[in-house]
Amino acid sequence: MGSAHGPISVGSAGTQSRGEVWTRPVLVDGDQSLGAVTRRVCDVVEAPKPPRAWYIAITISASLTLMLFGMVVYLIATGVGVWGNTNPVFWGWDIVNFVFWVGIAHAGTLISAILFLLRQKWRTSVNRAAEAMTLFAVCCAGMYPAIHVGRIWVAYWLFPLPNQMQMWPNFRSPLLWDVFAVSTYATVSLLFWYMGLVPDLATLRDRAVTPLRRRLYGFFALGWRGSARHWQRFERAYLILAALATPLVLSVHSVVSFDFAVSQVPGWHTTIFPPYFVAGAIFSGFAMVVTIMVPARELFGLRDLVTMKHLENMNKVILATGSMVGLAYATEFFIAWYGGNAFERFTFLNRALGPYAWAYWIMIFCNVVAPQFFWSKSIRTNPWLMVGVCILVNVGMWFERFVIVVTSLSRDYLPSAWGYFKPTPIDICTFIGTLGLFFTLFLLFCRYLPMVAIAEVKTVLPDAHAHDEHGHAGGAAHGRSPEVQHV
Amino acid sequence: MSEPIPTTDERGELHGFVAEFDDVTSVTRAARAVRDAGYQKFDVYSPFPIHGIERAMGLRSTHLPWIVLVCGVSGLGLALLLQYWTNAVDYPFKISGKPLFGIPANIPITFEVTVLLSAFAAFFGMFVLNKLPEHHHALFEHPRFRRATDDGFFLAIEAGDTRFDSKRTRELLQSLTQHPVVACHAARGGDHAPSWIRVGGIAVALIALLPLAAAVAARTGDTTKPAFHIVNDMDSQARFRAQVANPVFADGRAMRPDPAGTVAFDGLIEDPVVLTGKRGDAWTTTMPVAVDARVLARGRERFGIYCAPCHGGAGYGDGLVANRAKDLQEPNWVPPASLHDTLVRGRALGQLFDTVRNGVRTMPAYGRQMSVEDSWAVVAYVRALQRSQNGTPADVPEAKQAELGAR
Repeated sequence: MGSAHGPISVGSAGTQSRGEVWTRPVLVDGDQSLGAVTRRVCDVVEAPKPPRAWYIAITISASLTLMLFGMVVYLIATGVGVWGNTNPVFWGWDIVNFVFWVGIAHAGTLISAILFLLRQKWRTSVNRAAEAMTLFAVCCAGMYPAIHVGRIWVAYWLFPLPNQMQMWPNFRSPLLWDVFAVSTYATVSLLFWYMGLVPDLATLRDRAVTPLRRRLYGFFALGWRGSARHWQRFERAYLILAALATPLVLSVHSVVSFDFAVSQVPGWHTTIFPPYFVAGAIFSGFAMVVTIMVPARELFGLRDLVTMKHLENMNKVILATGSMVGLAYATEFFIAWYGGNAFERFTFLNRALGPYAWAYWIMIFCNVVAPQFFWSKSIRTNPWLMVGVCILVNVGMWFERFVIVVTSLSRDYLPSAWGYFKPTPIDICTFIGTLGLFFTLFLLFCRYLPMVAIAEVKTVLPDAHAHDEHGHAGGAAHGRSPEVQHV
Repeated sequence: MSEPIPTTDERGELHGFVAEFDDVTSVTRAARAVRDAGYQKFDVYSPFPIHGIERAMGLRSTHLPWIVLVCGVSGLGLALLLQYWTNAVDYPFKISGKPLFGIPANIPITFEVTVLLSAFAAFFGMFVLNKLPEHHHALFEHPRFRRATDDGFFLAIEAGDTRFDSKRTRELLQSLTQHPVVACHAARGGDHAPSWIRVGGIAVALIALLPLAAAVAARTGDTTKPAFHIVNDMDSQARFRAQVANPVFADGRAMRPDPAGTVAFDGLIEDPVVLTGKRGDAWTTTMPVAVDARVLARGRERFGIYCAPCHGGAGYGDGLVANRAKDLQEPNWVPPASLHDTLVRGRALGQLFDTVRNGVRTMPAYGRQMSVEDSWAVVAYVRALQRSQNGTPADVPEAKQAELGAR
């Protein structure tokens, strides 16, 4: 909001005399009144019972979450040997899944921050859910580094805490950068999400009919009362957080890629990794947002707020980032040949033709071929087809991480040290369990918190703008009407 | 300006007058009118930020960006200082030949901490400047104020404003809206949390400080006890201890001997005299290694550890163990030999060495405890000890013999 909320300047002074009319785009469908937006979002939370599909979904996902807890307890009680990680592949599904989930976590902050700075106002309908999804994906991602250390009870050694060993962590290690990047990202994403949520929690507080709801929502609404002085600082803080989160979101997956790029393993030691990882992260994150928003908007009757236009815009981002990822794959291959390093050349030929060729070609099909269907408007505006493509993208992005992590480690310099990685059932159940955790948290979010940013959506409604009886701006007091500008 | 007006009544202290509006246009116009009338302590309440309202109200921009800037710069400095002090000063971390402190490798964490502290400043700074959380407020007493988070717009002029006048202020507001203007009162004592919440909160905060206090006390205080470990898993490891059975090996021993025909990396000594003490078939009578003061000192130290408990510090066979066994009249105890017996004094150096390495009669072998070099050092020291206890006047240098006679 803030300055991003100013009248949209179109053209320059030289073209203003032409008298063409610029019309404010309609970003939500249906009843455009302020009260209608409040009702449509709050009805989801205030309905006495959620739809039956919600119960079915949360039963499944909560069961999977229980399985995840069982797997984690078994892992901690027994040791990391219950996974398939062994010589020579000591980074197995734990790191694959960590990178997979961290990547998904990128869409939320991207939609919130980068699209906000770029004044893409269509983001207001989807940013809340995307930010929530970010937090839940970070929960799933952050779990893996914590439990994969083996002795989880000393995981606090990752942090620079004074201790009886008189030792400090190595600040020049990418693994420690990772700790700082992911924990900072989780913290800032939480602050960003919660700050945007406060005015909407106040709405829920003021609509609450039971004392319990009023107190619970009221407690977290912090006494928000919509004061103009408060809004002014709120918007400034929101703008600053967006400006901070934008480089942060780009840095997080760059740092994750350093975990690989700073090592000397063939196939990892490349400078393309940071931009390539960030593009892939945005790609997978948007695919996950579309995957969960399409059913959510159908289930909870939010089709007017999360419109086909929003979904189409996200699909366009998926198409763009998917093409960037494809370009990165091609560049990697070219550099492997052009660089002249025998190990590097072997690694890439091995990826495409070696024992993991099946994984490589799944990755290529899902990440490079599948999103190209979005060139067709009929596919990118069809809910079923777009979810299908987005699920393929998520599968492909999982395989991308698998190919990077496992193929490079399984066949590096010494043929005598080669091996073939096989996951154990514990690996597989743990991963499925994180999917359960993710969807459980998201379903709870849908039921108990406003899924769409109510206050932000109101700012893009026609009623959000003052119109004076004289045709001059009432609010801006600077001559031009924000509603209709002469260009 | 105007006569004093009652600001309190049975409903509590008067907070101010509240006018309600139905749309952005009318509330913005009202805000401008109130500002033009000279009021300062008034505020507009809306379900979303109204663009341009701050100009209509005459608000100044916020200081928040400066707070964020200060915190961000502090984060940058703190992060650099932390990395410099921990990795280059307090615990110099030498790895891969990298410099102890180099900007490129320290940028990622510096960046993250800068962003983190800036975000904290933006988030907490916004709420602190807004004086939130404030769960109770006089405006919440207004019967229709809950519309302020839905589709209503409100303008409140506070009683604390210097221009506030209970009659004229109300008339001004009423001229701007069709809705009735309402007086809001801050309920007496209503803006405090219940006492049990406050007491409970303070108690929880104090209890939460206990672990920190314990950690500070442990780090700053003096104690003779070993350092406190939260996790003791290094003390109980799943491994085989000395002298226990291990079914994995055919001989059932957990302690593994060197495989036959192998020599440890640093154990290869090519000179057979040094290794065995024998020159051909006969014991050597000369030291095969160089002897100097350092070797003798080493021999004396090893002798004190391995030999003196039985043989005694001076070698008379009166060590603590021997004396104790004599006191207890142990029936099977073979008293250790005095190193000053003629027999022992007559032994060749090589035979003494062999005794140290491999033992003799009931004396155990010390070849496992002592290296070959240390064994020769002990032999040299034993020889020196024997000479010290069995000297003759002839041992005294000629130049000093006169002093002997004089005494």
